[in-house]
Amino acid sequence: MPTTWAELLDLGDREAPGAAVAEGDDEPKRRGFFRRLRESISTSREALSAELSSSLFETLDAAAWEQLEEALIMADVGARTTAEVVQRLEHEVDSGKVVGGEAARERLVELLADLATTGKGTIDLRPRPAIVLVVGVNGTGKTTTVGKLAWHLQREAGLSVMLAAADTYRAAAVEQLGTWAERAGCEIVNAETGQDAGAVVFDAIAAAEARGSDVVLIDTAGRLHTRNDLMEELAKVNRVIDKRLGRGASETLIVVDSTTGQNGLRQAKVFGEAVDVTGVALTKLDGTAKGGIALAIAGELGIPVKLIGIGEGIEDLRPFDPEEFARALVGE
Amino acid sequence: MFDQLSERLQGTMSDLRSRGKLTEDDVDKAMREIRLALLEADVNFKVTKQFVADVREKAIGEGVLSSLDPGQMVVKVVNEQLAELMGGSGRELVFASKPPTVILMAGLQGSGKTTATAKLAKHLIGEGKSAGVAACDTQRPAAVEQLTRLGEQAGATVYAQGTERDPVDIAEWALGQARSDGLDVLIVDTAGRLHIDEELMGQLAEIKKRTKPHDVLLVVDAMTGQDAVNVAEQFAEVTEFDGVLMSKLDGDARGGAALSVKAVTGKPILYASTGEKLEQLEKFHPDRMAQRILGMGDVLSLIEKAEKDLDEEEAEELERKMRQDQFTLDDFLKQLKQVRKMGPLSSVLGMMPGMGKAMKDLRSANIDDRELDRLEAMILSMTPEERANPDVIRGSRRRRIAAGSGTNVQAVKQLIKQFDQMRKMMKMMASGKMPNPEAMIRGQLGARRR
Ligand SMILES: Nc1nc2c(ncn2[C@@H]2O[C@H](COP(=O)(O)OP(=O)(O)OP(=O)(O)O)[C@@H](O)[C@H]2O)c(=O)[nH]1
Ligand SMILES: [Mg+2]
Repeated sequence: MPTTWAELLDLGDREAPGAAVAEGDDEPKRRGFFRRLRESISTSREALSAELSSSLFETLDAAAWEQLEEALIMADVGARTTAEVVQRLEHEVDSGKVVGGEAARERLVELLADLATTGKGTIDLRPRPAIVLVVGVNGTGKTTTVGKLAWHLQREAGLSVMLAAADTYRAAAVEQLGTWAERAGCEIVNAETGQDAGAVVFDAIAAAEARGSDVVLIDTAGRLHTRNDLMEELAKVNRVIDKRLGRGASETLIVVDSTTGQNGLRQAKVFGEAVDVTGVALTKLDGTAKGGIALAIAGELGIPVKLIGIGEGIEDLRPFDPEEFARALVGE
Repeated sequence: MFDQLSERLQGTMSDLRSRGKLTEDDVDKAMREIRLALLEADVNFKVTKQFVADVREKAIGEGVLSSLDPGQMVVKVVNEQLAELMGGSGRELVFASKPPTVILMAGLQGSGKTTATAKLAKHLIGEGKSAGVAACDTQRPAAVEQLTRLGEQAGATVYAQGTERDPVDIAEWALGQARSDGLDVLIVDTAGRLHIDEELMGQLAEIKKRTKPHDVLLVVDAMTGQDAVNVAEQFAEVTEFDGVLMSKLDGDARGGAALSVKAVTGKPILYASTGEKLEQLEKFHPDRMAQRILGMGDVLSLIEKAEKDLDEEEAEELERKMRQDQFTLDDFLKQLKQVRKMGPLSSVLGMMPGMGKAMKDLRSANIDDRELDRLEAMILSMTPEERANPDVIRGSRRRRIAAGSGTNVQAVKQLIKQFDQMRKMMKMMASGKMPNPEAMIRGQLGARRR
């Protein structure tokens, strides 16, 4: 699983002039973030949040297993995935395969990280222009993620980015993305009045080809997965890409808010039926929610998390690190 | 994951019943099912635990063990407990004796505050009040433009000053303006913020201090998971919010977060937002939400929606015809059109009990609104005589209808068959015998699979 920008972005034969520049300072910052995350959670005087005490793994009795289950459910991992993981660990401890509290803890982190490690972890940017389609339910952070990603692609890999403002529905969505285009210093194609999402995407690809852009990032309108008509509209966007380029989107990311509960699984599943979702961007991890639903999505649907959002600033986007994520989940 | 609690319980219970009397052990088994259902609905873990303990006690006390249909009894107890937990005070918005009434909107990023602000304005304007909205989200790009446009659409006065001024000052200024404009209500939209962001939470407290709102509403996304209580507790501490507005309830999330917020903070849920359109805001009904969380559907909401959307006289006429078994294809066409006025098929069906499975069938059978277009086309291709008496539709008539509607003979046959089934069911419903709704929908729609 790629955990740095250089590993995450699959550029194929393309040169990546910017890649070397940013690498060095990336690592400590990311670690630092998760530590901050854990600290912020453990210092919150929250009576309701279930924290695993360090003594938990010493005893490994029935109460300990229950507490472990509780911690995972509180992290939105979901009852089913939680039961599977805990049962597996319990079995391994009972059978003597895993011995001692420390080993059990490490094994738990490993099991969770394994669950999160699924499918192809890289972001495919080999075709030119590479098309990245960003989808999700309302308000999860699609537009913000597109803005941040544009900035990172330029900075980390020296790629030129074209934004497509394909949210032609929500009031002021185009202006919002316009601000992000300014911040990221990249170009943007807007809808003319009355145009639909497909037409904007068509224009953006044409503009990207004319200007030789490396990547087209498509911001789409938030939509609930229960709206068949809107799901169909997304499928149509894909057909437009296919028609124009003879290939679909290189990468389709679903943006999932880390505060999302069990409904997130439905979201990923239904979006996945409409468009070929290749990865999850898990946003708002700077809050107290741990985003455990991403584990269920990875485990049950085989869609890996590729990016995490950790704030509202342009730099607050990171490659996903399953092990760090797993550690934060169990609140170590 | 979308198993229905009632179905599951029926399963567990009828298993047990065949063995004679229920034991406390059996009840525990049922309680485990309830626990799972609540967790899957995103009811907070701790709340779930307490809740299950309460239900267990009550269920045993109420003689569930010896009742004829213990499964139903348990569901009933659960349902009542949930509704009680969610309802309670029944608080409504408080209006100032000396206008303007100030309503402050607060919540996490992306929870739906801006849309909710405009919707609430529209809602209150619909009740005959004059309303203004204040654009105090200077943080998110283009949030001011968004509220300006939505506010105007809602018919509200929009108070905006761009993004350079401090939100606290904008709020105070807007209040002054609203007062001199003589408005009844001012709704203050604020930037989304994390409950652990001290600086921004401090700013929210300051806005509250300066505008002295009569109501503070916390906007909570219906899809929120276990973290909802952390968020709500922090917001409660800083803003002492008075009630919750649940957003995005038009999806298929069970909305257990709302219950948890109520359980932990004691603050009632006042409104539910059920779509992207400005008029899609409703008063919240705790009893219906209880059933939704349990996967028991939302029949009451459906009926109410029907009452609002359907022409009342026509509905009565239809009912009379159903009772007397005089329902024709013409009536069916009318009904179809009315159902479609209520929204897309999926959202209408989503409100019916036991629809989890049927919705899946619908999706896999690819039955959607286009299917309904076909139905309409077929009926429109029939003569009045055929519509009144579908029995006459055979051979050449079938072919003519198929050709006229661009479908095929098989489809026409199926339509007649389904219509027949439906007429039978309607008679039953009208006579008070409610058939299993899932079987009903599957019978009606599943048969239409090509
Ligand atoms: N704290 C935090 N806030 C975020 C993050 N990502 C996005 N947001 C905020 O979440 C809110 C919604 O973000 P948008 O990017 O507008 O979400 P969207 O999915 O495009 O929304 P719609 O287009 O309306 O469906 C904004 O206030 C963002 O600033 C994150 O990682 N952390
Ligand atoms: Mg957006």
